Amino acid sequence: MDWLLIIVLLPLLAAAAVGFVPGSQRRAIRGITIGASGLSLLCALIAFLSFDVGGGLQFETKVVWVESLGLHFHLAADGINIGIILMGAIVAFAASCCADDITHRVKEFHILLNLMIGGILGAFASMDLFFFYFFHELALVPTFIMIGVWGRGANRNYATYKITLYLSLGALLALIGLIGVYVQTGAESFSIPDLIATVQESPIDESAQQWIFPLLMFGFGILASLWPFHTWAPLGYGAAPTATAMLHAGVLKKFGLYGIIRVAIPMAPAGAQSWLGVLAWLALANLLYCGLVAVRQKDLNQLIGNSSVAHMGFIFLGIASLNVIGLTGAVLVMIAHGLLAALAFGLSGHLYRQTGSLDMTRMGGLLRQMPLAGSALLMALLAGCGLPGFANFAGEVTIFFAAWSAGLKTITVIAAWSALVIGGLYMMRATRSILHGPRGDDWAKASDVSPLIATALGLLLAALLVFGFAPGLLTKSIENEVTKSVLLAKPAADASQAQATEVAGR
Amino acid sequence: MDGQLQFIQLEVMVVALGLLVLLADLFLSESVRRSLGYFAAGALGLVFLLSFRGSYVGLVDGEAFDGIYRLDGLALFFKRFFLLTAIFVLVFAVDFASRLRSGVSEYLAFILFALSGMMFASSANDFSLLFVAIELITVTFYILVSFQRHRMHSLEAGVKYLILGAVSSAFLVYGIALVFGEAGSLKFDVIREAHAGLLGSNVFLFGMLFVFAGLAFKISAFPFQIWAPDVYQGAPAPTTTFLAVGSKAAGFVLLIRLFGSVVPELTAQWTSMLMVVAALTILYGNLCALPQRNLKRLLAYSGIANAGYLLMGIVAQSREGTVAILYYLAGYLFTLVAAFMIINLLTREGEGEDISCLAGLNKRSPFLALALTLCAVSLAGIPPLAGFFGKFLLVKSVAAKAFGDVGYFALLAVAVFGVVVSIYYYFGIIRTIYWSKDTPDNSPVAIAWPTRIVLGLCVAAILYLGLLPNKPINWANAAAKIETVAK
Repeated sequence: MDWLLIIVLLPLLAAAAVGFVPGSQRRAIRGITIGASGLSLLCALIAFLSFDVGGGLQFETKVVWVESLGLHFHLAADGINIGIILMGAIVAFAASCCADDITHRVKEFHILLNLMIGGILGAFASMDLFFFYFFHELALVPTFIMIGVWGRGANRNYATYKITLYLSLGALLALIGLIGVYVQTGAESFSIPDLIATVQESPIDESAQQWIFPLLMFGFGILASLWPFHTWAPLGYGAAPTATAMLHAGVLKKFGLYGIIRVAIPMAPAGAQSWLGVLAWLALANLLYCGLVAVRQKDLNQLIGNSSVAHMGFIFLGIASLNVIGLTGAVLVMIAHGLLAALAFGLSGHLYRQTGSLDMTRMGGLLRQMPLAGSALLMALLAGCGLPGFANFAGEVTIFFAAWSAGLKTITVIAAWSALVIGGLYMMRATRSILHGPRGDDWAKASDVSPLIATALGLLLAALLVFGFAPGLLTKSIENEVTKSVLLAKPAADASQAQATEVAGR
Repeated sequence: MDGQLQFIQLEVMVVALGLLVLLADLFLSESVRRSLGYFAAGALGLVFLLSFRGSYVGLVDGEAFDGIYRLDGLALFFKRFFLLTAIFVLVFAVDFASRLRSGVSEYLAFILFALSGMMFASSANDFSLLFVAIELITVTFYILVSFQRHRMHSLEAGVKYLILGAVSSAFLVYGIALVFGEAGSLKFDVIREAHAGLLGSNVFLFGMLFVFAGLAFKISAFPFQIWAPDVYQGAPAPTTTFLAVGSKAAGFVLLIRLFGSVVPELTAQWTSMLMVVAALTILYGNLCALPQRNLKRLLAYSGIANAGYLLMGIVAQSREGTVAILYYLAGYLFTLVAAFMIINLLTREGEGEDISCLAGLNKRSPFLALALTLCAVSLAGIPPLAGFFGKFLLVKSVAAKAFGDVGYFALLAVAVFGVVVSIYYYFGIIRTIYWSKDTPDNSPVAIAWPTRIVLGLCVAAILYLGLLPNKPINWANAAAKIETVAK
């Protein structure tokens, strides 16, 4: 079955279907959107469960798009993206459920939401560079509009402009890097497997790699809020509607990281060798600097936004170690963080609806007031500081092993310290001021989450816990794929590293 | 002679149609005259269809009038391009007629004469035809620009265009004279053979530089762009559209033919200069567009920036580059026609082309709001629309030329910078449409059905060129194949 095609097409068809429903039919519009993303999730789950580890590319759809350029509409899953697609589908479903806080122009919002979901899932499922980029932009443009029109807060216009310009710049840099890859390999094809096969035979000229890799690294890095290009993220998420923030922080932002793992490292391994040292230090800056910024926040959304930027540091660090465990851990954290960020923004969206404010100094005692949302938030905050049992822990600890064994010892020590201490500090403070203590004055009438949202958020939590207790579900297939990339970069990579992953995976 | 006339049958039909319109004006009543534009557009549609006729297409790769006139894939592509542009502009002109006050039929006829000039330009294979065609375009545009005689702005624009246009014509004709002095012929075929040996001659180089300057004026490339904002703003909207699309494309078909096929060795020698011109044009256009509040002026500056992007295709000096230019121009045609038409609909009454006239457009007419949004997004080069694919091809052609070379890299960097800047001001348009607080006018917008059809066609074409590029790329490839491009 072409599961991926169905997964990607359903939201896009839903966007078209919503277009034909009159704007007053809110229930129908919501129903179509939730139904489509629910079906997508079901298909993603089937695909994930029937995925054959070590079976190469699966669920392929390949159609010639532009013959003269070697451009194909090519969807396929391998070990790296199957987990991300599942995560994306879960987050998409949860985001659709949480989108009922939109009260004006519901129809337009849901068209954009469906487009964004289709774009996101398509970007991760694409095996063709052009569509890889195309779908990403298809998801990005609705993001900008949604923040601009349905966003909140006084400076949403500024936030819209900032996020638009930053992300466009990142996307364009990456585009030039991608075109560079296409031109330099001489493969006359945009298909990623074809390109990888070509560079295995004859790698791209080393001097060209030194251009291509930084273009891709910084281009994709800006998309994934690499320090010092991260300032759009907390601002943008603070102003975004709930569903948009969930989808962007959860899934779309991972596109940049995915691009580095999927394209930059295999295509320009020599460039990677000389630039990943820089990336490791920038990753540290993400962890340390953004972590410290998060400590100072009084607004819950700003705190989540900054901590989510800080968490990107783990993933960058995993990538920078350029070994099998590091990349495996990076993908694992991508998935874990996606679920976590969606959960956190979903909850903060619910809180915002109650009083129109996320000022943590005015909250308090909400655990008693709203037991469901409160305990979910508690678990999200604990997962955020890397408590064992949640998927984040498995990924983060793997990355520490990887960075240590890659010789980045100083960075590992500081990173571990900052992750545990700083992360613990701001998460615990948030727990105290939001959930415990006397109830804030404005919150007397606050109500708990509706059953629909509770289901959605419960799904995210469940996934976090399942992957936390059994990371092997993901790591086995990821490992298989990233080993190939690492072998391209370091032909002499020894088997002991693969062994170490096994240990970490358990 | 009979066989030779076959080659110019389309041009003859267009000129005859122009004369017919002038004649009909004498005999028709006021009310019938109003729909003369639709008749002319319909007749041009017929000419457009005739250009696909087997017996005409069979003439491709032939030459007429002693090699002065060449009909190849490139010429055919551009003839169709100009015909399509003129059809849209004529429909537009009917919409605009009430504001011209007098001489509507003459206005239509001049559009047709300018069209014939453009069609001749696409086939020019000799400096004499090149000059005559360019002058035919420019002189008719002097009139078209200043057609609203009751408006100071229109007259001012006309005078500016006249003075600067005359200077550029002087450049052009002086350059041609110098080239003739060295090469001993005006024929492109002779110059093509001889030019490699003339690269050491300063007279020849100066001549070609002046010719380039003359053409750079037509496409409004830096430093010959100064006229564009004032003229675009002051001219009647259909003229602006025709100027922005048709006249610019005419400049590009000549640049492609001349610098891509006639003097490729010289182009290779001038690569750095072309790169600098392209980069400065992109920078100037985009940076100056930032503070603009007048929509026509904004589009003028964005037009300058787009000329810079298009020049990247010339810089690439390859068939890929030419294909990219053709693709980009095709997308540009539909985008600009739609954008100018919509702006015109909203400013029907007054002079106000201020960006604030878009406020609340999504409530007044969701269709227009959607169409203008698509135009802005396409111009900004965001997938999945025509503008993105055009820019993608242009960047790819430059990257393929020499990836990693610092100069090319700088050009790509400038292009990226330009695109990011442009997103800022195109986004301003979208923002005004959808979320401006002040919406003074909430009355629905009345749209005549031919205008509606043209807008619908434009939107469909923008989407088609962006989503299904397979066939259009093959057409552009076929059109660019005829060129003898230097390796």
